[in-house]
Amino acid sequence: MSAIELRDVSVEFHEGKRTVQAVKGVSLQVQKGEIFGIVGFSGAGKSTLVRTLNLLQRPTSGKVLLDGEDITAVQGSRLRSLRKRIGFIFQGFNLITNRTVGQNINFALKAAGWPKKDRARRIKELLDIVDLGEKVDSYPASLSGGQQQRISIARALANEPEILLCDEATSALDLETTQEILSVIKRINRNLGITVVFITHELDVAKAIFDHVAVMERGTVIEQGATYDIFASPQHDTTRSLVERYLGIELPAETVAALPPGRLLEIRYKGSETYEPLISQISTRYGTPVNVLHAKIEYFGSRAIGILIILLSGAPDSVEQALRDLRDHVFSLTELERGSKGETEALAADGDGGDGADASGGDGYIAGTGDGIALKED
Amino acid sequence: MDDTLEILQNYLPQSLLDTFSMVAISTVIGVVLGTLVALVLYLTSNPLFFKNRVVNTVVGFIVNAVRSLPFLILMVVLIPFVQLILGDPYTPTGGAISLSIAAIPFFARVAESAFSEVDSGLLEAAISTGATTRQVIVGAVFPQALPSFIRGVVLTIISLLGYSAMVGTIGAGGIGDLAIQYGYNRYQTGVLVAIVVILIVLVQIVQWLGDALAKHFTH
Repeated sequence: MSAIELRDVSVEFHEGKRTVQAVKGVSLQVQKGEIFGIVGFSGAGKSTLVRTLNLLQRPTSGKVLLDGEDITAVQGSRLRSLRKRIGFIFQGFNLITNRTVGQNINFALKAAGWPKKDRARRIKELLDIVDLGEKVDSYPASLSGGQQQRISIARALANEPEILLCDEATSALDLETTQEILSVIKRINRNLGITVVFITHELDVAKAIFDHVAVMERGTVIEQGATYDIFASPQHDTTRSLVERYLGIELPAETVAALPPGRLLEIRYKGSETYEPLISQISTRYGTPVNVLHAKIEYFGSRAIGILIILLSGAPDSVEQALRDLRDHVFSLTELERGSKGETEALAADGDGGDGADASGGDGYIAGTGDGIALKED
Repeated sequence: MDDTLEILQNYLPQSLLDTFSMVAISTVIGVVLGTLVALVLYLTSNPLFFKNRVVNTVVGFIVNAVRSLPFLILMVVLIPFVQLILGDPYTPTGGAISLSIAAIPFFARVAESAFSEVDSGLLEAAISTGATTRQVIVGAVFPQALPSFIRGVVLTIISLLGYSAMVGTIGAGGIGDLAIQYGYNRYQTGVLVAIVVILIVLVQIVQWLGDALAKHFTH
């Protein structure tokens, strides 16, 4: 049984005479103990969707189930006791700034009816979880953004929730602080077994901690699956453009224009194989020089996605043979158009099939990706 | 000059006392009842609580209706009503009743705006803990709105001090009464000047205290 299940959930807002559908028919399942991510550009409906999980936003239609129990219509004290099982942290921390750190956490404990005599001990315990034990009497304004977010995590954990909802919880933080918050969340997930639903537009976050990802666009989930699979072989255009933007493996147009003759190829690897033996094997076997222009390997836990752009030159026959051999050994092989930028032609390896054509297409060449790493073989 | 001193000695203490009691009574009633009205307006306007357009519109209309009357006119309109409860409307108690009725809607709007300034994200966070509406209001909204709320009380006290002088003009007592009766009708400029100085000092003190208090509760 999934910890959380959404069945065909829609949310409509009425703005005057206009009706805005923020969420349209979303269904998804979050397994107990996992970190489930929802990614998408801003305005995709992610924040509205996550608010349906603790009914801060009631769905217009569809069902929300927690541990198999339909909670969509729960009201009053049942709703309140339900919310105690679900912690929530926000982009803007949302602490009561005129109250001390201790008082902020005390608020949550009071809400859950903790006896007064136990609260001080529990506050200490919670602050220790987020390594801010000494800040109990500080006011939020005197803390850094990362510290404030940790306080809000402590508040969210006050009532021993089963689920933690995070709405862009790292989007207001710098890179280093983001890492710090993510490691706290991951630790909570692993050590306390709390199921996490995390909304973000940052793929760094997705890559770092998500077990499963749903991609949202204009109120619908367009794709979902294991994080590694989404990154390795995105199926939907939007996912692809998100992933490509993240992986950033495009070549500058000037570099492409200045290349010697040959076939420009993008190769993807899955798993943890390294590409070098294959490249040098191909090169020696067919006498085709391989020029590596760009390479990147991203690790998802122990699994890796390798992407490289190579220039394959040599006699046409040998090149064709080399191509066939390459195709058999890599996850995907895409020939990049050398002339007009962005247009590409699929040579469809296995896996993502024919529609994987514009893997590196889109918005043109990203500046600043460097001039390519030339590992000339000849 | 002797006249002036004599008049001030004879009448000023009682007038000040009358003014203080009128302003104090109406401030307390205005703040207490005004806050309740503000809570109704606030809770019925916010979808996170009990959004209810009908209640909100009706209460809002009543508040606006009372507020749209200049105090001088409200006071005159209320004379028969005050007469009904007190018998004699031209007393400090009568003045306090009129002032209270003006203060309630005034403070209701002031407090409503103080509550509305509280960030909705903070409300979401507070509600997400499973707190009751009462806990959210008392434990989160109120502390967060407190500085604005205090400034609103100061604003109300100072306005009421001004209105209390108007109550004086129809003979309900207070320093306004003194200023009109002696300073204006009997050409005792010295009395007028003394009262002006007293009023300026009072307003400064109230403002200063309020600012200090508001600052104390802002973190």
